[in-house]
Amino acid sequence: MARVLVGVKRVIDYAVKIRVKPDKTGVVTDGVKHSMNPFDEIAVEEAVRMKEKKIASEIIAVSCGPQQAQETLRTALAMGVDRGIHVEVSGKDYETLQPIHVSKILAKLAQDEKADLVIVGKQAIDDDSNQTAQMTAAVLDWPQGTFASKIEKGDGNLTIVREIDGGLETVKVKLPAVVSADLRLNEPRYATLPNIMKAKKKPIKKVTPKDLGVDTAARIEVVSVEDPPVRQAGSVLADVDELIGKLKEGGHV
Amino acid sequence: MSQKSQVIQLYKTLLHLGREYPQGYDYFRTRLKRVFMKNRETTDPKKIETMIMHGQYVVKELEALYMLKKYRTLKRRYYGDQS
Repeated sequence: MARVLVGVKRVIDYAVKIRVKPDKTGVVTDGVKHSMNPFDEIAVEEAVRMKEKKIASEIIAVSCGPQQAQETLRTALAMGVDRGIHVEVSGKDYETLQPIHVSKILAKLAQDEKADLVIVGKQAIDDDSNQTAQMTAAVLDWPQGTFASKIEKGDGNLTIVREIDGGLETVKVKLPAVVSADLRLNEPRYATLPNIMKAKKKPIKKVTPKDLGVDTAARIEVVSVEDPPVRQAGSVLADVDELIGKLKEGGHV
Repeated sequence: MSQKSQVIQLYKTLLHLGREYPQGYDYFRTRLKRVFMKNRETTDPKKIETMIMHGQYVVKELEALYMLKKYRTLKRRYYGDQS
Protein backbone atom coordinates (compact mmCIF):
# COMPACT_ATOMS: atom_id res chain seq x y z
CA MET A 1 0.00 0.00 0.00
CA ALA A 2 1.44 3.27 -1.08
CA ARG A 3 0.99 6.83 0.03
CA VAL A 4 0.48 9.17 -2.90
CA LEU A 5 1.26 12.87 -3.06
CA VAL A 6 -0.41 14.87 -5.83
CA GLY A 7 0.44 18.41 -6.84
CA VAL A 8 -2.42 20.68 -7.87
CA LYS A 9 -2.16 24.20 -9.23
CA ARG A 10 -4.78 26.92 -9.33
CA VAL A 11 -4.79 28.45 -12.80
CA ILE A 12 -7.05 30.69 -14.86
CA ASP A 13 -9.90 28.51 -16.12
CA TYR A 14 -9.23 26.92 -19.49
CA ALA A 15 -12.35 28.49 -21.04
CA VAL A 16 -11.47 32.08 -20.07
CA LYS A 17 -10.17 34.46 -22.71
CA ILE A 18 -6.79 35.64 -21.42
CA ARG A 19 -6.11 39.38 -21.35
CA VAL A 20 -2.64 40.88 -21.01
CA LYS A 21 -2.22 43.80 -18.61
CA PRO A 22 -1.66 47.11 -20.44
CA ASP A 23 1.75 47.56 -18.79
CA LYS A 24 2.84 44.13 -20.10
CA THR A 25 3.88 42.82 -16.67
CA GLY A 26 1.54 39.85 -16.78
CA VAL A 27 -2.04 38.78 -17.43
CA VAL A 28 -5.22 40.00 -15.77
CA THR A 29 -6.12 37.65 -12.89
CA ASP A 30 -8.43 39.84 -10.77
CA GLY A 31 -12.07 38.87 -11.05
CA VAL A 32 -11.22 36.08 -13.49
CA LYS A 33 -12.55 32.56 -13.02
CA HIS A 34 -9.91 30.17 -11.77
CA SER A 35 -9.98 26.40 -11.49
CA MET A 36 -7.71 23.42 -11.09
CA ASN A 37 -5.14 22.89 -13.83
CA PRO A 38 -6.77 20.24 -16.10
CA PHE A 39 -3.64 18.08 -16.18
CA ASP A 40 -3.60 18.10 -12.38
CA GLU A 41 -7.21 16.91 -12.40
CA ILE A 42 -5.98 13.92 -14.37
CA ALA A 43 -3.24 13.39 -11.79
CA VAL A 44 -5.76 13.53 -8.93
CA GLU A 45 -8.10 11.14 -10.75
CA GLU A 46 -5.29 8.62 -11.21
CA ALA A 47 -4.44 8.77 -7.50
CA VAL A 48 -8.10 8.33 -6.53
CA ARG A 49 -8.42 5.33 -8.85
CA MET A 50 -5.33 3.82 -7.21
CA LYS A 51 -7.02 4.21 -3.86
CA GLU A 52 -10.20 2.61 -5.17
CA LYS A 53 -8.12 -0.33 -6.42
CA LYS A 54 -6.51 -0.50 -2.96
CA ILE A 55 -3.09 0.20 -4.43
CA ALA A 56 -2.86 3.47 -2.54
CA SER A 57 -3.58 3.86 1.15
CA GLU A 58 -3.72 7.63 1.43
CA ILE A 59 -3.76 10.54 -0.99
CA ILE A 60 -2.40 13.95 -0.04
CA ALA A 61 -2.88 16.97 -2.29
CA VAL A 62 -0.46 19.89 -2.23
CA SER A 63 -0.99 23.34 -3.67
CA CYS A 64 1.37 26.32 -3.60
CA GLY A 65 -0.18 29.74 -3.89
CA PRO A 66 -2.26 32.45 -2.25
CA GLN A 67 -5.24 31.88 0.05
CA GLN A 68 -7.49 30.95 -2.92
CA ALA A 69 -5.31 27.90 -3.61
CA GLN A 70 -7.39 26.27 -0.87
CA GLU A 71 -10.39 26.28 -3.22
CA THR A 72 -8.39 24.17 -5.62
CA LEU A 73 -7.45 21.86 -2.76
CA ARG A 74 -11.15 21.56 -1.88
CA THR A 75 -11.89 20.45 -5.42
CA ALA A 76 -9.21 17.78 -5.09
CA LEU A 77 -10.67 16.72 -1.74
CA ALA A 78 -14.13 16.52 -3.33
CA MET A 79 -12.72 14.20 -6.00
CA GLY A 80 -11.54 11.78 -3.30
CA VAL A 81 -8.25 13.04 -1.91
CA ASP A 82 -7.90 12.43 1.85
CA ARG A 83 -6.20 15.60 3.03
CA GLY A 84 -4.61 18.74 1.73
CA ILE A 85 -1.49 20.78 2.36
CA HIS A 86 -1.59 24.43 1.44
CA VAL A 87 1.83 26.00 1.02
CA GLU A 88 1.11 29.66 1.29
CA VAL A 89 2.95 31.88 -1.17
CA SER A 90 1.33 35.19 -1.96
CA GLY A 91 1.86 38.62 -3.44
CA LYS A 92 5.21 39.36 -5.06
CA ASP A 93 6.64 35.98 -4.09
CA TYR A 94 3.89 34.16 -5.97
CA GLU A 95 4.44 36.18 -9.13
CA THR A 96 8.00 34.90 -9.42
CA LEU A 97 7.38 31.43 -8.02
CA GLN A 98 8.94 28.97 -10.45
CA PRO A 99 8.85 25.19 -10.97
CA ILE A 100 12.24 24.98 -9.23
CA HIS A 101 10.72 26.30 -6.02
CA VAL A 102 7.63 24.14 -6.33
CA SER A 103 9.71 21.01 -6.93
CA LYS A 104 11.80 21.69 -3.84
CA ILE A 105 8.60 22.14 -1.83
CA LEU A 106 7.07 18.95 -3.28
CA ALA A 107 10.28 17.02 -2.66
CA LYS A 108 10.45 18.14 0.96
CA LEU A 109 6.80 17.28 1.56
CA ALA A 110 7.19 13.90 -0.16
CA GLN A 111 9.93 13.07 2.32
CA ASP A 112 8.13 14.52 5.36
CA GLU A 113 4.91 12.68 4.53
CA LYS A 114 6.78 9.49 3.58
CA ALA A 115 5.14 9.36 0.15
CA ASP A 116 5.90 6.45 -2.17
CA LEU A 117 4.63 8.14 -5.28
CA VAL A 118 4.32 11.72 -6.44
CA ILE A 119 1.88 12.43 -9.28
CA VAL A 120 1.58 15.82 -10.93
CA GLY A 121 0.09 17.10 -14.17
CA LYS A 122 2.63 17.20 -17.00
CA GLN A 123 2.33 20.97 -17.23
CA ALA A 124 0.13 23.84 -16.10
CA ILE A 125 -1.97 25.56 -18.71
CA ASP A 126 -0.91 29.02 -17.54
CA ASP A 127 2.89 29.03 -17.74
CA ASP A 128 3.26 25.78 -19.74
CA SER A 129 6.60 25.12 -18.05
CA ASN A 130 6.52 21.31 -18.01
CA GLN A 131 9.32 21.12 -15.45
CA THR A 132 7.90 20.36 -12.02
CA ALA A 133 7.80 16.56 -12.29
CA GLN A 134 11.26 16.33 -13.80
CA MET A 135 12.85 18.62 -11.24
CA THR A 136 11.04 17.02 -8.29
CA ALA A 137 12.44 13.65 -9.38
CA ALA A 138 15.89 15.20 -9.61
CA VAL A 139 15.72 16.82 -6.17
CA LEU A 140 14.55 13.55 -4.59
CA ASP A 141 16.86 11.44 -6.76
CA TRP A 142 13.88 9.22 -7.60
CA PRO A 143 13.09 7.67 -11.00
CA GLN A 144 10.55 9.49 -13.15
CA GLY A 145 7.84 8.49 -15.60
CA THR A 146 6.73 11.59 -17.45
CA PHE A 147 3.79 12.05 -19.88
CA ALA A 148 2.11 8.92 -18.58
CA SER A 149 -0.87 7.65 -20.54
CA LYS A 150 -1.13 4.38 -18.60
CA ILE A 151 0.13 3.32 -15.18
CA GLU A 152 0.21 -0.23 -13.85
CA LYS A 153 1.41 -1.25 -10.44
CA GLY A 154 3.78 -4.18 -10.13
CA ASP A 155 5.64 -5.54 -7.14
CA GLY A 156 7.55 -2.53 -5.84
CA ASN A 157 7.52 -0.92 -9.27
CA LEU A 158 5.32 0.80 -11.83
CA THR A 159 4.98 0.07 -15.52
CA ILE A 160 4.30 3.35 -17.28
CA VAL A 161 3.29 3.90 -20.88
CA ARG A 162 4.65 7.28 -21.96
CA GLU A 163 3.40 9.52 -24.75
CA ILE A 164 6.36 10.44 -26.90
CA ASP A 165 6.61 12.06 -30.33
CA GLY A 166 4.70 9.90 -32.77
CA GLY A 167 4.35 6.90 -30.49
CA LEU A 168 4.45 5.28 -27.10
CA GLU A 169 7.25 4.17 -24.83
CA THR A 170 6.87 1.71 -21.98
CA VAL A 171 9.16 2.10 -19.00
CA LYS A 172 9.42 0.36 -15.67
CA VAL A 173 10.36 2.43 -12.63
CA LYS A 174 11.09 1.36 -9.07
CA LEU A 175 9.11 2.95 -6.27
CA PRO A 176 9.37 5.58 -4.88
CA ALA A 177 8.92 7.50 -8.12
CA VAL A 178 7.61 10.70 -9.68
CA VAL A 179 4.99 10.50 -12.43
CA SER A 180 3.50 13.23 -14.61
CA ALA A 181 0.06 12.78 -16.16
CA ASP A 182 -0.66 13.27 -19.85
CA LEU A 183 -4.06 14.09 -21.33
CA ARG A 184 -5.03 10.52 -22.20
CA LEU A 185 -4.20 8.93 -18.85
CA ASN A 186 -7.84 8.96 -17.68
CA GLU A 187 -11.08 10.91 -17.68
CA PRO A 188 -11.33 12.94 -14.46
CA ARG A 189 -14.57 12.65 -12.52
CA TYR A 190 -16.76 15.62 -11.81
CA ALA A 191 -16.72 16.90 -8.23
CA THR A 192 -20.39 16.42 -7.28
CA LEU A 193 -22.26 18.74 -4.95
CA PRO A 194 -22.56 16.27 -2.03
CA ASN A 195 -18.86 15.46 -2.32
CA ILE A 196 -17.96 19.16 -2.29
CA MET A 197 -19.95 19.45 0.95
CA LYS A 198 -18.21 16.44 2.46
CA ALA A 199 -14.84 17.82 1.39
CA LYS A 200 -15.35 20.80 3.67
CA LYS A 201 -14.79 18.51 6.62
CA LYS A 202 -11.50 17.13 5.35
CA PRO A 203 -8.36 18.66 6.85
CA ILE A 204 -6.12 21.18 5.09
CA LYS A 205 -2.80 21.91 6.73
CA LYS A 206 -1.25 25.29 6.11
CA VAL A 207 2.52 25.72 5.90
CA THR A 208 4.91 28.28 4.46
CA PRO A 209 7.96 27.62 2.27
CA LYS A 210 10.03 28.89 5.20
CA ASP A 211 8.67 26.10 7.44
CA LEU A 212 9.91 23.65 4.82
CA GLY A 213 13.28 25.34 4.51
CA VAL A 214 12.74 26.31 0.89
CA ASP A 215 13.99 29.67 -0.35
CA THR A 216 11.47 31.17 -2.77
CA ALA A 217 13.61 34.16 -3.74
CA ALA A 218 13.03 35.21 -7.34
CA ARG A 219 15.40 33.65 -9.86
CA ILE A 220 13.91 35.37 -12.84
CA GLU A 221 12.53 38.75 -13.70
CA VAL A 222 9.52 39.05 -15.98
CA VAL A 223 10.62 41.48 -18.67
CA SER A 224 7.51 41.56 -20.82
CA VAL A 225 4.30 39.62 -21.45
CA GLU A 226 2.70 40.10 -24.84
CA ASP A 227 -0.32 38.92 -26.79
CA PRO A 228 0.27 36.45 -29.60
CA PRO A 229 0.26 38.11 -33.04
CA VAL A 230 -3.22 38.61 -34.47
CA ARG A 231 -3.88 36.71 -37.66
CA GLN A 232 -4.11 39.11 -40.58
CA ALA A 233 -7.35 39.36 -42.50
CA GLY A 234 -7.49 37.60 -45.86
CA SER A 235 -9.11 38.94 -48.99
CA VAL A 236 -11.42 37.48 -51.62
CA LEU A 237 -10.18 37.68 -55.19
CA ALA A 238 -12.36 37.83 -58.25
CA ASP A 239 -10.54 35.49 -60.62
CA VAL A 240 -7.41 33.45 -61.26
CA ASP A 241 -5.59 36.27 -63.08
CA GLU A 242 -5.91 38.48 -60.04
CA LEU A 243 -4.61 35.65 -57.86
CA ILE A 244 -1.57 35.18 -60.07
CA GLY A 245 -1.00 38.93 -59.99
CA LYS A 246 -1.07 38.95 -56.20
CA LEU A 247 1.22 35.94 -55.97
CA LYS A 248 3.75 37.62 -58.29
CA GLU A 249 3.49 40.75 -56.21
CA GLY A 250 4.30 38.78 -53.08
CA GLY A 251 7.16 37.03 -54.86
CA HIS A 252 5.62 33.54 -54.55
CA VAL A 253 5.67 32.68 -58.27
CA MET B 1 -35.16 9.62 0.86
CA SER B 2 -38.65 10.90 0.15
CA GLN B 3 -39.54 11.87 -3.38
CA LYS B 4 -39.81 15.49 -2.37
CA SER B 5 -36.27 15.66 -1.07
CA GLN B 6 -35.05 13.70 -4.09
CA VAL B 7 -36.54 16.32 -6.37
CA ILE B 8 -35.02 19.16 -4.33
CA GLN B 9 -31.64 17.42 -4.37
CA LEU B 10 -31.88 16.98 -8.13
CA TYR B 11 -32.73 20.64 -8.60
CA LYS B 12 -29.78 21.72 -6.47
CA THR B 13 -27.40 19.42 -8.32
CA LEU B 14 -28.58 20.74 -11.67
CA LEU B 15 -28.25 24.35 -10.50
CA HIS B 16 -24.71 23.60 -9.40
CA LEU B 17 -23.87 22.08 -12.76
CA GLY B 18 -25.52 24.99 -14.55
CA ARG B 19 -22.87 27.41 -13.34
CA GLU B 20 -20.52 26.03 -15.95
CA TYR B 21 -23.04 25.84 -18.78
CA PRO B 22 -21.47 27.15 -22.03
CA GLN B 23 -24.38 29.52 -22.72
CA GLY B 24 -24.22 30.98 -19.24
CA TYR B 25 -25.79 30.37 -15.86
CA ASP B 26 -28.83 32.59 -16.45
CA TYR B 27 -29.73 30.79 -19.66
CA PHE B 28 -29.53 27.48 -17.87
CA ARG B 29 -31.33 28.51 -14.69
CA THR B 30 -34.37 30.03 -16.36
CA ARG B 31 -34.86 26.92 -18.48
CA LEU B 32 -34.29 24.59 -15.57
CA LYS B 33 -36.84 26.41 -13.47
CA ARG B 34 -39.36 26.40 -16.30
CA VAL B 35 -39.10 22.62 -16.71
CA PHE B 36 -39.52 21.97 -12.98
CA MET B 37 -42.48 24.38 -12.74
CA LYS B 38 -44.14 22.77 -15.74
CA ASN B 39 -44.34 19.46 -13.88
CA ARG B 40 -45.26 20.84 -10.48
CA GLU B 41 -48.85 19.52 -10.64
CA THR B 42 -47.73 15.92 -11.10
CA THR B 43 -48.83 13.74 -8.19
CA ASP B 44 -48.52 10.17 -9.49
CA PRO B 45 -45.46 8.71 -7.68
CA LYS B 46 -44.63 6.52 -10.70
CA LYS B 47 -44.57 9.51 -13.03
CA ILE B 48 -42.44 11.49 -10.59
CA GLU B 49 -40.06 8.55 -10.36
CA THR B 50 -39.63 8.54 -14.16
CA MET B 51 -38.99 12.27 -14.13
CA ILE B 52 -36.34 11.95 -11.40
CA MET B 53 -34.67 9.24 -13.46
CA HIS B 54 -34.72 11.54 -16.46
CA GLY B 55 -33.20 14.35 -14.37
CA GLN B 56 -30.41 12.10 -13.23
CA TYR B 57 -29.76 11.18 -16.83
CA VAL B 58 -29.45 14.88 -17.67
CA VAL B 59 -26.94 15.27 -14.81
CA LYS B 60 -24.77 12.53 -16.30
CA GLU B 61 -25.08 14.06 -19.76
CA LEU B 62 -23.98 17.47 -18.48
CA GLU B 63 -20.97 16.01 -16.70
CA ALA B 64 -20.01 14.20 -19.91
CA LEU B 65 -20.52 17.38 -21.91
CA TYR B 66 -18.18 19.39 -19.68
CA MET B 67 -15.57 16.70 -19.67
CA LEU B 68 -15.60 16.37 -23.44
CA LYS B 69 -15.50 20.11 -23.95
CA LYS B 70 -12.43 20.40 -21.75
CA TYR B 71 -10.75 17.37 -23.31
CA ARG B 72 -11.33 18.64 -26.84
CA THR B 73 -10.10 22.15 -26.04
CA LEU B 74 -6.90 20.81 -24.51
CA LYS B 75 -6.40 18.39 -27.35
CA ARG B 76 -6.73 21.19 -29.87
CA ARG B 77 -4.36 23.44 -27.94
CA TYR B 78 -1.63 20.99 -27.12
CA TYR B 79 -1.91 18.20 -29.66
CA GLY B 80 -3.12 20.33 -32.58
CA ASP B 81 -1.31 18.81 -35.55
CA GLN B 82 -1.94 15.19 -34.74
CA SER B 83 -5.07 13.39 -35.84
